Amino acid sequence: MSARTAAAPARVARPVSWRRPVNTALRYALLGVILIFAVFPFVWTLAIALTDKTAGSSIYAFPQSLLPRRVTLHNFVDVYRTFSLGKYLWNSVVITGLTVLGTLLVSALAAYPLARFRFPGRGAIFGLIVLTLVLPGETTFIVNTLTLKNLGLLGTHAGVVLPTIAGAFGIFLMRQAFLAIPAALLEAARLDGASELTILTRIMLPLTRPSLAALGIFTTVTTWNAYFWPMLVLSGAPDKAPLAVAVLKLKGQFNYDPFNIAAGSIIMMLPVLLVFLAAQRLFLRGMEGAVK
Amino acid sequence: MQVHWRQSLMSYTFLAPALILLAVFTFYPLLYGAYLGFTEYSGARFANHLPPQWVGLRNFETVLGDPLFRTALANSVKYLLVVPALQLASLAVAVLVAKNIPGIALFRAAYYVPVITSVSLAAVMWEWVFNREGTLNWLLKALHLTTPEAAFGWLNSEHWAFWAVMLVTFWRGFGYYMVLYLAGLQAIPEELEEAAILDGASAWQRFWRVTVPLMRPTILLCTLLSTIAALRVLEEVLVLTNGGPLNSTYTALMYVYAKAFQGFDFDYGVASAAGLVVALVALLLSALNFRFFHREEQA
Repeated sequence: MSARTAAAPARVARPVSWRRPVNTALRYALLGVILIFAVFPFVWTLAIALTDKTAGSSIYAFPQSLLPRRVTLHNFVDVYRTFSLGKYLWNSVVITGLTVLGTLLVSALAAYPLARFRFPGRGAIFGLIVLTLVLPGETTFIVNTLTLKNLGLLGTHAGVVLPTIAGAFGIFLMRQAFLAIPAALLEAARLDGASELTILTRIMLPLTRPSLAALGIFTTVTTWNAYFWPMLVLSGAPDKAPLAVAVLKLKGQFNYDPFNIAAGSIIMMLPVLLVFLAAQRLFLRGMEGAVK
Repeated sequence: MQVHWRQSLMSYTFLAPALILLAVFTFYPLLYGAYLGFTEYSGARFANHLPPQWVGLRNFETVLGDPLFRTALANSVKYLLVVPALQLASLAVAVLVAKNIPGIALFRAAYYVPVITSVSLAAVMWEWVFNREGTLNWLLKALHLTTPEAAFGWLNSEHWAFWAVMLVTFWRGFGYYMVLYLAGLQAIPEELEEAAILDGASAWQRFWRVTVPLMRPTILLCTLLSTIAALRVLEEVLVLTNGGPLNSTYTALMYVYAKAFQGFDFDYGVASAAGLVVALVALLLSALNFRFFHREEQA
């Protein structure tokens, strides 16, 4: 309120009228309605997860079910035990960890020469990478599963990770970051006899930490949430499935228990939500950058 | 330009991991997938370790003659007409959150949360909303728009499942487009807005006469992005309805996936051919996208 009224007169003097408070109220009301649309599924899921199911209430008993009278954390313990959620969580952590490490490594390595050196074929290679952004890969998942089968990687975490780590987005992002570093710095290091690998790891990577972090966070969120590809690769190895795939299997289980599903969903959502809230600015900027 | 062989060697070494992975998992499947579209490579052939056999355009005849594919393609077209139109609401949302009023950062962040939600979580949570006894029916009843007897599960209705799935797509996307529009809005010079206020333009007039014309490139970008995304919708359908009920939510990519991986009579050849048809449409849309953008940038 105060910020708005303080800033307004400085810009354009307008006659004070009854309209302004009404407009503000209307604006907040609209914002509120959209807020409900955006977060209602989460709020309800959280409410279900916290409900004491032994009290015998239905999740559909509105509006009481939105505000559980008897709150418990038992559902979280229950889902962790009965669905061996720990296993799926660990699978998610392994797949996400390997993907992030691989993406950062491959992108940084590839971006360095593309940003800093002249060598025959540079234009062609860069063009090839740009091409991957334009070519629609509607059929790649069929051939990729065949390839993984031939390599003996179908049903393994490596099979999920390897096809996803080399991407134009990561290479572009890191190339832009490397281009912004002054050449004089590199010249000085070279005069001191540093090898290119030393320059990359000791100078370039520390100086481009914000970009690395952005790429890492972005990759973490997409990989943690990925459904289709891990589902396909691990369809023959359900024990290796990440949480994003397993949560739907839980839903299809014989003894369908919405309270446990809700608790499992919250457990799955939490890491991504925390990463997002902690690095919101970075993340949103990365999203804008991905399109520009 | 003098080429230093050591520098070149080092460059290739550094590029090797990325290039090998791109070659194996991006370029090879693109080319081999295109080839498979022209071959007979059915489940029986695959099981007997027989290689794919060239059959020319036969798979395309099969695909285009398949009523299920036509339904799927028609659904995809419906999807790519409706979802981008819905997505325009993000511009309104962006205008709403563009002003720095107290607490606005919270709203912006909250609107973005659906974007970082896994499609499987969205499926779990929205199923409770769309359930026969779920929130949507409760809300409609509370507004006296329906009776408990008339209630139905939205995802089980061949007339409504499609709209329910679209709503989830919209829900997962509107925060993303909001951010893009917000970036565009912030690039509009403040003087223009102020000049319009001095000229006595109402908020409504300012939106249509100043904001919308200046946002044209962003609107175009978002619309084309969401059009292409809508054509490629697969995951939402897969986790919410699996194409049903009565194929009412079957999309083109769902067809590609189902032909290759669902059931016993899978057929990589036909699936690849269908994928190529979708890819061709996507390429066309991308080309349009590119043309528009080139023009906008030069203007």
